[in-house]
Amino acid sequence: MELAGEALSWTHRGDALEVALHRGPTNEIGTVMLRELEGLVRYLEDGAGGARALILHSTLASGFCAGADLRELQAGITERTDRRKAQVSAVAERLPSPVRGLATRAARRVGKHLVRREISQFIDRIHAVFDALDRAPLLTIAVVHGPVFGGGFELALTADLIVAEKSARFCFPELRLGIIPGFGGIPRLERELGNAMTRDLLLTGRSLGARRAAELGLVAQVVSRDKGLDSARRVAAQAARFDAEVVAQAKAFLKHVPRQRLDAEKRQFLRMVTEDRVEAALTDFVARTDVRPYLP
Amino acid sequence: MTTTSDILARLRELASKRFGDKAADLDADVDFFEALGIDSLQALDLLTDLEEAFDVEVPDYELADVTTFAGLAAVLEDRL
Repeated sequence: MELAGEALSWTHRGDALEVALHRGPTNEIGTVMLRELEGLVRYLEDGAGGARALILHSTLASGFCAGADLRELQAGITERTDRRKAQVSAVAERLPSPVRGLATRAARRVGKHLVRREISQFIDRIHAVFDALDRAPLLTIAVVHGPVFGGGFELALTADLIVAEKSARFCFPELRLGIIPGFGGIPRLERELGNAMTRDLLLTGRSLGARRAAELGLVAQVVSRDKGLDSARRVAAQAARFDAEVVAQAKAFLKHVPRQRLDAEKRQFLRMVTEDRVEAALTDFVARTDVRPYLP
Repeated sequence: MTTTSDILARLRELASKRFGDKAADLDADVDFFEALGIDSLQALDLLTDLEEAFDVEVPDYELADVTTFAGLAAVLEDRL
């Protein structure tokens, strides 16, 4: 089976299922990307047409993935907040003035609760998809170049191996927005690199080049520009020499899903994401005219 | 020992490879973002070039206020 979606497409080549991300500007993860990733997970759960490896890559020159779709997130928050304000204003006008302020504050709390609930649902769906990719029984390879930022970094961290083109840069810029990564990135980075490096990357928001990432053990191979997919295909062909059940068992033994830390990260993210400073930071982000305002 | 002028020569060479001949003649104190019209994605590429060419790791925040080759050379000199 092949699929051509809005945000991603997949095709079979040899023993590999190749999944191409192609939603501009840089494969931001919003509702469209999430829906299609859920479709991919269903396909994997149905046996992925017998594929022995999954290769995830981007066909966009702009990079692998710049993270969550912050413009969509900001638009959602603003729309719900404005709708709630309008509803409250209509009621408050009819209330005596001493009660009016109380009603407005109560409405603001309700508005925040609704936003939080919606983000929570989105995060639950993301976690379900990323967990499924993490423990898929076949070998998974992320081929990355350019920005591998935020949610994009978190997506790459679900893969068994990362093949990085020289241009790849890994970064968790979330603290600039007043949040932490919320797609499972912290526990997965801790799993791969340990807490000290995770602290360095998170608490400074700095980016990491492909070569350094390979020295640290995050990246399996560094290859020249535009050579990532070819390298990943050779890795996939090699993995296909082994018995599928043996690969699945070995992977399940080698790669633990850090369940408790994933749940803790989700709770912490949801506590932080509805703070006023996040709304202000998102508004500032959207107002910026840079071509790619998420970059350092 | 690598001198500042060696570093500047190398920087101009790298920048001209990526951004064209204009970069080769750029004064060390000129704002290269403005002069070469570099966007944030190209700045990331330049950072990768620098790390590879000089075999150093430069955290982005060290370059946050750096806009000239002279400034870049000073950051690199500290790490060589």
